[in-house]
Amino acid sequence: MPQFLLYLFAKIKKIILHFKKQKKMKEIMTVYYMEAKSARVGGRKVAWITSGGPVEPLIAMDVIPVYPENHGAMIGASKMGTDLCERAESMGYSTDLCSYARSDIACATVNGGPIGGLPRPDMLVCCNNICGTVLKWYEIQARYFNVPLFILDTPFCHEGFTEEARRYVRRQLDEYIVFLEKACGRKMDHDRMKEVGRLSLEGQRLWQAVLDTTTHSPAPMSAFDAFYHLALIVTLRGTRDVIDYYTQLLEKMKDRVAKGIGAVPNEKYRLLWDNIPIWHRTRWLSQKFASHDACLVADTYTSAWCGTMKYIDENRFFDSMAEAYTRIYLNIGVDEMARTVLGMVDKYRVDGIVMHSNRSCKPYSFGQYDIQKIVERERGIPSLIIEADMVDERSFSESQVATRIDAFMEMIKQRKGV
Amino acid sequence: MITAGIDIGSITSKAAVLADGKLLGTRVIFTGYNSEVAGRRVFEELLEELRLDPSALRKIISTGYGRNSVTFVNKSMTEIICHGAGAHYLNPGVRSIMDIGGQDSKVIVIDEKGKVKNFSMNDKCAAGTGRFLEVMARALEVDLDGFGTLSLKAGSPSKISSLCTVFAESEVISLISKGERRENIIAGIHESIAARVAAMANRVGIVPPVVMTGGVAKNIGVVKAMEKKLGVSINVSPYAQVNGAIGAAVLAMGIK
Ligand code: SF4
Repeated sequence: MPQFLLYLFAKIKKIILHFKKQKKMKEIMTVYYMEAKSARVGGRKVAWITSGGPVEPLIAMDVIPVYPENHGAMIGASKMGTDLCERAESMGYSTDLCSYARSDIACATVNGGPIGGLPRPDMLVCCNNICGTVLKWYEIQARYFNVPLFILDTPFCHEGFTEEARRYVRRQLDEYIVFLEKACGRKMDHDRMKEVGRLSLEGQRLWQAVLDTTTHSPAPMSAFDAFYHLALIVTLRGTRDVIDYYTQLLEKMKDRVAKGIGAVPNEKYRLLWDNIPIWHRTRWLSQKFASHDACLVADTYTSAWCGTMKYIDENRFFDSMAEAYTRIYLNIGVDEMARTVLGMVDKYRVDGIVMHSNRSCKPYSFGQYDIQKIVERERGIPSLIIEADMVDERSFSESQVATRIDAFMEMIKQRKGV
Repeated sequence: MITAGIDIGSITSKAAVLADGKLLGTRVIFTGYNSEVAGRRVFEELLEELRLDPSALRKIISTGYGRNSVTFVNKSMTEIICHGAGAHYLNPGVRSIMDIGGQDSKVIVIDEKGKVKNFSMNDKCAAGTGRFLEVMARALEVDLDGFGTLSLKAGSPSKISSLCTVFAESEVISLISKGERRENIIAGIHESIAARVAAMANRVGIVPPVVMTGGVAKNIGVVKAMEKKLGVSINVSPYAQVNGAIGAAVLAMGIK
């Protein structure tokens, strides 16, 4: 290794060690992206993986997982989405394509965005449990970077889960390991895999516990806070960092509950959020709802990363991944989605639901009208549909959304007799 | 107690004044460029007409798109709540309201007290709104006021399949150039709006009796097309256009 690279590596390592002592989100994410960006210097490999993909084997193989979708969220939050989407469109991609895909594909060619692009991948791991878009998206990137691609095909679960599906996905998990061993040039350490599985499950439990603190009223945090704290369970699931971070966060939230501190100072109405956040408008939305004394106390999005714990067998983590990764929220039928939503309505005692009908994410937005009807019928609570896009600001009209939210809140106030 | 409601829409601004819950008068003007000025003007003009002194009015609610730009009111509320209150005031039996305004269309279901049970609004698109009609009127070179009566003379309504206002306009233009009768095209335009709004109505679960409000309610063609599409009869009150303003004035009575 050339001298200056060694020097650089030592320097980066020092900064990383300094940051690692801190347990702040920003620092952890900075370290994470620095490590990923300097992976090659440190002799480590980088894999790009879909947000719903099984990350634990990567962690066990010491591969750094990188999430284009998380990157997409960062692009959206820093309001750089429209530019990148337009760029993708001038490359020939349709405006109907998911804006995460559009921004990622465009970003790879210019190294733009808030962190100057993602680190180059050594391999790609695509799991289609979230949508079909990722298949083509990852194929495009595999061609662009000329790296191997592993596809985990998880059959859609219209109802329940079949033995055939289990066998089918389980067999692919073995192929996944073979793929990783080949890409990394070494064998999987199965004890390490077990340990990562244990940490992953513990992380998920903690994340769920954090989210559950909002069953208290006033809720110590809102869905907008959850959108922020979510990053770790997505990106670093299976590592110690996640556990340390959420342990601290849980303490903090419990403390707020004990002191009766709410995320919204004067919480009067409790709402449930559905779909991916409108990343470029989170602050505006959070203030808008707060101005009505309404707190979005829970959401179907951030809870998706701990939503399949019931299918995980602690002692047979690797085997049970087949079911846990197949039965995620976006890979189940509308009836089961509605049951999940009803469960959350009861658990968090909400007065209404706010649904983001997301121009980008079809699998998430499809079925919302049905779910809306089911919830109205079963629980008699109203829901509002907001049309927007998580990243592409061109699909958002502030005054129209404001009127809908105001009207919705006035209606809820009337219903609650205020 | 004298109360007032001011409804600033994207095309017209409306005002209504009530005295102890009795309707004293209403007024409609074009909103124009400055909605704050429009709000003040429509209010002042109405007061002048009613020979009322502004100081007699302490309870005013604004509504509509420009509701937040009217500064001299006590409170602003959305059109949804105001239309619910207005329709209930004019006819307490009403359970559903269809309102087609300049850039919005909405369907509201209310309870026996006039409180909103549910509502649905168009997505961010001009299809199914008053603006859609305006664009079509321009393309057809027909005065919008004549639209309703003209369409009743249609033999068979043309099919306008595009939802997009711009594409629908070019559909209309190509129908014109094909020599299609104007009445048929207009009837087709009305059916297209009715289809959009009917979909919303079905989504919220419309309950009769139904009343139609908003400026477009004055267009008999749209009302007929809507009745056909939904299979229910639709009432149009003479106060259709000022329903929101009346509702705002009704709600203003509740201001403490
Ligand atoms: S379509 Fe939805 S699930 Fe698929 S990549 Fe885009 S945001 Fe994710």
